[in-house]
Amino acid sequence: MLYFENVRKEYPGGFVVLDDINLTIDRGELVSVVGHSGAGKTTLIKMILAEEKPSVGKISFHSSQIQKLRGDDLVEFRRKIGVVFQDYRLLANRTVYENIAFAMEAAGKTEEEIQKDVPHVLDLVDLGNKISHFPSQLSGGEKQRVAIARALVNRPEIIIADEPTGNLDPVNTYDIIQILKKINDLGTTVVLTTHNKGVIDHLKKRVITMENGKIIKDEKIGKYSI
Amino acid sequence: MKNPSTLFKRIFKSGSLNFFRNKTVSISSVAILTTTLIIIGIFFFFRGIFDYTLTQVKDKVDIKVYLKLDASDEDISALKQKIMRLPEVKSVELATAIDSLNDFKEKHSNDAITMQALDELSTNPFGAVLTIVAQDTAGYESIAQTLDSGTQFLGESSSIIDKINYYELKSSIDKLNNIVNWINTIGYWITLIFIIMSSLIIFNTIRLSIFIYKDEISVMRLVGASNMYIRGPFLVESTIYACVSSVLTMILFLPITFYIAKKTSIFLNGLNIYNYYLNNFFSLFGLLLMVSLILSTISSILATRKYLKI
Repeated sequence: MLYFENVRKEYPGGFVVLDDINLTIDRGELVSVVGHSGAGKTTLIKMILAEEKPSVGKISFHSSQIQKLRGDDLVEFRRKIGVVFQDYRLLANRTVYENIAFAMEAAGKTEEEIQKDVPHVLDLVDLGNKISHFPSQLSGGEKQRVAIARALVNRPEIIIADEPTGNLDPVNTYDIIQILKKINDLGTTVVLTTHNKGVIDHLKKRVITMENGKIIKDEKIGKYSI
Repeated sequence: MKNPSTLFKRIFKSGSLNFFRNKTVSISSVAILTTTLIIIGIFFFFRGIFDYTLTQVKDKVDIKVYLKLDASDEDISALKQKIMRLPEVKSVELATAIDSLNDFKEKHSNDAITMQALDELSTNPFGAVLTIVAQDTAGYESIAQTLDSGTQFLGESSSIIDKINYYELKSSIDKLNNIVNWINTIGYWITLIFIIMSSLIIFNTIRLSIFIYKDEISVMRLVGASNMYIRGPFLVESTIYACVSSVLTMILFLPITFYIAKKTSIFLNGLNIYNYYLNNFFSLFGLLLMVSLILSTISSILATRKYLKI
């Protein structure tokens, strides 16, 4: 469903951040992308989200080239992807309910759908009792669970989780990974970037290892080995 | 979004939520906008005072046409009608020979020698006088030239004119015209500078308030919100800023003008600032609302556009 073909990203001044990336991610996979800081993980994620364009090569989602999407097509494409960030990026002046409802409103869902789905997805991440809380009233783990609920609520085809456990303690890290695993078990593709060896080794899923902008290893059931 | 009314409702709700929940940003934005609007309002009052004073001065300027002693009532009336037809003329007042005599007597009632000399004359030494007020001070020269041109415009009626006092007043009228032109030119420049300054202040205020949401805008984009859905609430919020600031400015002007009116009515030659505020309430409110709405809307569009380029 997601294809990188000979992708290269070079910034002005000849600084290469991605080079010769060839990659296919199939529906229902859980793929971990690992690598040191500066290895190119975040640029790879930004390209999937159409925040960055490749200098060379093409990135496709099903049959459409991501870098060529504009206007409504780009908006529509982004609704098929759920994103979770290390720093949560919740809307600070909206409650937990409103944060999730925002994603549904943006996607044009009706009030009835919103009222039905938001509590349901919050139950899924075990936050049903914090529906009226503001982000500032939540712990890091709870914020990340809200972010996952928001990413999930429009039933995306892929969830991109960029270092989702980077700011969390081991207990919350475990919880978040369990939720992502559960989402994957239900059929959603998950792309995860992380530095956490324990997480990778625990998952026993596909691992892509990056170094200096290149993929140096792609294992079906991989381990953290950098 | 399938239903435009739902989209509008959500945008409006979202903008209102931002305004009420982000109290610090809202209060500081409204405070800065109100301060700017107060400055614009003060400028509005200065223009009012200036226009009022100018009108008062202009009303004191006129041309007097002294008519010959033997001018008949019919000739005087015909001359008056002809002068009235001049486009530069606002009004023509006639003081008959008897009016002129009475006026003179009244002015010199305490001057016994002059009054005695007047009594010794068997006839009225004064002729009738036409007092001409022009539409504009710049029109006096043209009126004087027409009256001076003899029969060309006035025909036979010109023969009854004894003297026109315009040339005695010419230097004063010219000075007044120069001052009016100078103040108008300066006024336009000051208005321009005020507009630019206000625009910059309002633009930066709105830009800063949107800058705080920079990261949130990027998240909105990534969850698939359309540009309109992201920009809409900011437009609603800046519209609320503009409305609240305009109303607040008008409320603040109520006690300010009331207080100033008490202190300045003598100094301002009878102009009551408080009454001026009440009489011009809707035009001032309209001006403030229009300026703040236009500037805040443009600022919102420009500021969000920057962050929507992902």
